[in-house]
Amino acid sequence: MARALINVPAQAKRGEIIAIKTLISHTMETGFRHTSIGATIPRDIITTFTCTYNGEEVFRAELFPALAANPFITFTTIATGSGTLVFNWTGDNGFTATESSTITVE
Amino acid sequence: MMRWAQRSVLAALVLSATASSAQIPQSELRSGYADLGRDTKAMQDEDTTNPGMLWALDGEALWKAKAGNAERSCADCHGDAKQSMKGVSARYPAFEGVLGRPVNLDQRINLCRAQQQQARPFNYESKELLALSTYIGLQSRGEKLNPPSDPRMQPSLNAGKELFSRRIGQLNLSCAQCHDDNWGKKLAGNNVPQGHPNGYPLYRLEWQSLGSLQRRLRNCMIGMRAEPYEYGSTEYVDLEVYLTSRARGLPVETPAVRP
Repeated sequence: MARALINVPAQAKRGEIIAIKTLISHTMETGFRHTSIGATIPRDIITTFTCTYNGEEVFRAELFPALAANPFITFTTIATGSGTLVFNWTGDNGFTATESSTITVE
Repeated sequence: MMRWAQRSVLAALVLSATASSAQIPQSELRSGYADLGRDTKAMQDEDTTNPGMLWALDGEALWKAKAGNAERSCADCHGDAKQSMKGVSARYPAFEGVLGRPVNLDQRINLCRAQQQQARPFNYESKELLALSTYIGLQSRGEKLNPPSDPRMQPSLNAGKELFSRRIGQLNLSCAQCHDDNWGKKLAGNNVPQGHPNGYPLYRLEWQSLGSLQRRLRNCMIGMRAEPYEYGSTEYVDLEVYLTSRARGLPVETPAVRP
């Protein structure tokens, strides 16, 4: 199972810009490398990352083979209300991972 | 071509002129952390951005998982790692009575697996072994490296010191020529660090992965165009014993982040 680390501020003021940091374990195998006997190592990457905030999508990223292993994605959004942020990564070979985090907005 | 040859001769002269191999005094010890860029420091400083913590999470799960014919987990004997493993990695490698030689933390974990859990030892640099040693190392974060002053480890310490200052490889370099005599200077665009083991296992951006001190030593040896030792070899452990004694007093940073 993929491990993920999420950093969302526990509390924020309404209208405040909050920084969100996410880190997930993944090899991000490019598909361009070969083994010592010349066989291609098949591509195995995360292709999509999304973040929904109380059901509304606030961030989406498409990932490509040039990204380093264990992708670290950070972005900002506006604290609109208390609730849950759900993070979802999907990728090759049916890879999928979901994490969530709660925030209290005053 | 001629120019290159002249320059190499010059470089060799400079190196030999400064070759003194004096051990770095305690007051000048400097963790590799001090040479990091701002971004890499920030990455290491916060647990949610430090990729090494992904291994620590795996290690925590392994610590609690039952394994082997004995059906025992690490936690069944050692309890909560936060208490029982605090300070442990700061005093490894340590002397192992039955084997009659020092063992590093990875070897200690594997001895436990073989003897107490009756399980197959992990391979060196396997995800499992790195995860466990990271998790155990993490419990000593901030503690000062405190290698045991065990007289039985003296032969290993001496051997490590000798290896550190022995010229090897096609470049005919020793560890000491860079890390004792020329730390703080530049090798191409990179800082030459003092070469301390206080952050291992660490996440190296170049590796895009976490690796052990032995992997780093192997890297250095390949750089010197010398033949690396086998993982777990006596030579590496001797070097680890010497490196730890050389860095005595530096805080453990496991899992550190390095470029």
